[in-house]
Amino acid sequence: MSARATGMRSGRWTVLQGQLRDRPSLVLVGVLLLLVLVIGVTRPGTVGPTWVANTILFAAPLGIVAAGQTLVMLTAGIDLSVAAVMTAAAYVAASQSYFGSIRAVILALAVGLVVGLLNGIGVAIFRVQPLIMTLGMGLVVSGVLLVYSLKVSPEGPPNVPDIVRTLGSGKVLGFVPNSALLWGAIATIVIVGLRQTGYGRLIYAIGDNPVACRLAGVRGWLVQLVTYVICGFLAAVAGLVLTGAINGADLSLGDVSLLPSVAAVVIGGTSIYGGNGGYAGTLVGALILTVLSSLFTLLDAPDPLKQILYGAIVVLLAAVYVRTAGDTG
Amino acid sequence: MSDANVLLETRGLSKNYGAVVALRSGALSVRAGEIHALMGANGAGKSTLVKVLTGDVTPNAGVILLDGHEVRFASPASARKAGLASVYQDVSLVPLLTVAQNLRLTGTAMPAIRPWLEELGLEDVDLTEYVRDLPAPTLHLLDLAQALAALPRLLILDEVTATMPADLSERVFRVARRWRSEGRSVVLISHRMTEVKALCDRATVLRDGTTVGVVDMASSGQEEIVSLMLGPAAASVVVSEGAVADTAPAPRVEQTAALEVRGLRSGVLQDISFTLRRGEVLGIVALEGQGQADLFECLSGNRRPDAGEILVQGKTRRFRHPHDAIGAGLVLVPADRALALLRQRSVLENIALPMVNRLSRWGLINSGAERRRVRTAINRLDIDTRAGSRVMRLSGGNQQKVTIARWLATGFLTLLCFDPTRGIDIRTKEQIYRVLRELAASGSAVLFFTSEMPEIQLAADRALVMFAGRVVAELSAHDATEAALLRAAHGLSRAAAAEAS
Repeated sequence: MSARATGMRSGRWTVLQGQLRDRPSLVLVGVLLLLVLVIGVTRPGTVGPTWVANTILFAAPLGIVAAGQTLVMLTAGIDLSVAAVMTAAAYVAASQSYFGSIRAVILALAVGLVVGLLNGIGVAIFRVQPLIMTLGMGLVVSGVLLVYSLKVSPEGPPNVPDIVRTLGSGKVLGFVPNSALLWGAIATIVIVGLRQTGYGRLIYAIGDNPVACRLAGVRGWLVQLVTYVICGFLAAVAGLVLTGAINGADLSLGDVSLLPSVAAVVIGGTSIYGGNGGYAGTLVGALILTVLSSLFTLLDAPDPLKQILYGAIVVLLAAVYVRTAGDTG
Repeated sequence: MSDANVLLETRGLSKNYGAVVALRSGALSVRAGEIHALMGANGAGKSTLVKVLTGDVTPNAGVILLDGHEVRFASPASARKAGLASVYQDVSLVPLLTVAQNLRLTGTAMPAIRPWLEELGLEDVDLTEYVRDLPAPTLHLLDLAQALAALPRLLILDEVTATMPADLSERVFRVARRWRSEGRSVVLISHRMTEVKALCDRATVLRDGTTVGVVDMASSGQEEIVSLMLGPAAASVVVSEGAVADTAPAPRVEQTAALEVRGLRSGVLQDISFTLRRGEVLGIVALEGQGQADLFECLSGNRRPDAGEILVQGKTRRFRHPHDAIGAGLVLVPADRALALLRQRSVLENIALPMVNRLSRWGLINSGAERRRVRTAINRLDIDTRAGSRVMRLSGGNQQKVTIARWLATGFLTLLCFDPTRGIDIRTKEQIYRVLRELAASGSAVLFFTSEMPEIQLAADRALVMFAGRVVAELSAHDATEAALLRAAHGLSRAAAAEAS
């Protein structure tokens, strides 16, 4: 019985690994607080209630679009048309505001639903690869929007509807952003829905093993279809919140949100192969990305450097996550 | 401490995944020129020990000695270089490449593998054929030939014969014996006691990740090994032939047909008809590829038959999707657990999957009721859920029980089991067959295919033998001896040799 220990890894590293595996959100919150601390130290006096409120306000559109992206990625899919949908929803709402705010918002949300439905039909029924389907759909939406913008422009400049502006940049009691309340409501529904409803369970199940789902009698295509519709809808909502926050709409509004919408999900610990993860992580991921870019802005970093650092940090976080939380069993 | 003849020795090997201990203290000593069995119930740590030996997994502690010198394998390649080669139950060939391309991928030279292809009866295999187009047993043998080509000093066979028909298994054993006669060594993992008894010189028995004994095959009996495997507490439930049928309540086969099949055709399946009554366990026996897979695919709604009728309780049903079959009460436990399980999800979510789909639909889950039903199923099958947060961390036997528990929790009329005991240990097998008997006794019907013929008399009331897509024999459990089944499965010995290979 001479069991000699060989090749033992450093204990501290193992503990950290265990923590990451069991409580990924906890570690993410740690990263978030660290970033906030960095801002607080480098720019004293910046971090305060107003700063927190504004950060959440800026994070809200990303958080909302990443909610849809989380659902799709949990089914082992991806939606690359979300940026185009955000732009289209914002632009349609702005250009239709002349006919009344309510009508404008409904049309904007309809854009999201229709694009989501088409994505869903392509992926779930015609079995097109999600990457190709949604990338192509994104191009189609952008092209159609361009034609549309040329058609409507004589009717006057796009003007963000009042209720959208209130939603995107208004604050309750002058402190809590309206968009944060909307984001909170969506987050609650998504988190509880994933855990406590049959549909939520099936999203995980489809992402984990579509064959097993079929054998258990699950109609996987229906789950996928509904998920892409929800993702399209949430992208439209995010587009509205974004356009309200910056009080303007142009034809490249949503472009900057595409990479972050996927990055927030990946950093938040949802597997791109589906079946594992959740929205709580994504939520923190969206906050991390927002704080990160606000850090760069505060540091007055030149744009190219900002891009390089942002991209590198996103890749690094994702890599660290896979190495530590990835289950090799 | 050890004789000079020892080729490989391990001491105190351990490996844990997080809180789950897969291997506690693995000791193994293999002499040159012996066939050494590695035995243990599912989850005892056999696979983990093999993975450590082949460099797939880095142990947390312990040493490996090769020729008395300590070695460490950082990768499968370094283990191969040291002369250790392994073949697993899952074939390690790339499906989208041809055989020749696969060989090149692993750096296997044609002159080196040629004699082994001949030895294993594969001289006719077309090397330009794609791997995905070849039948599974051929691939297993190819995998083995590839391992042999490197002339390993220690050959590890991990459940290689689990899915092979008897004639092909015999080819594998011939190679193992030859290896021994040339002074090399073989480590064999198998749940088939007769194989182990016939082939091996010694056996190392693992229980709960710890080596609990090494036995000499010549001087000790099957019972000794089984009781070592099960441990002192469980020794009293050691199975003898027929134990399950004796202890389960007497079957009361009713006259109402739960399932009737008329003239079904699909794939290999040629015009098959039979009736399954409520309260009955019907066994199906066949050699590899005689249409049994097609039959289960059609019955479970996973494939539409070309012709024929499926009647459930006297009513004709047409299944377009497994959903329809499940709605009609026909539920399937597939042979390959990978096809049935959500590997990253919890035991609860796996068991509740069809329930979620059927009862609570897409709305809010009644978690109290769900947990109660899942708990009942878990208790009934005695599933070890300590590693239950992810099903992939469970042992093979526990995984298989989860696939059955799913339907106990959901409810069904007819249970279809395709080789439910493939690659699982003797105790779990007994538990599964006991549950099948109980289900039948409570009014359900069970249809199961098995590749292990002695199991028919253990669990079934009646057996059908399939050959070339047809039912060629129907035997009562009493008449369904292994010899009788084998004869029938080979097409009543007519043209047997030609069809079997």
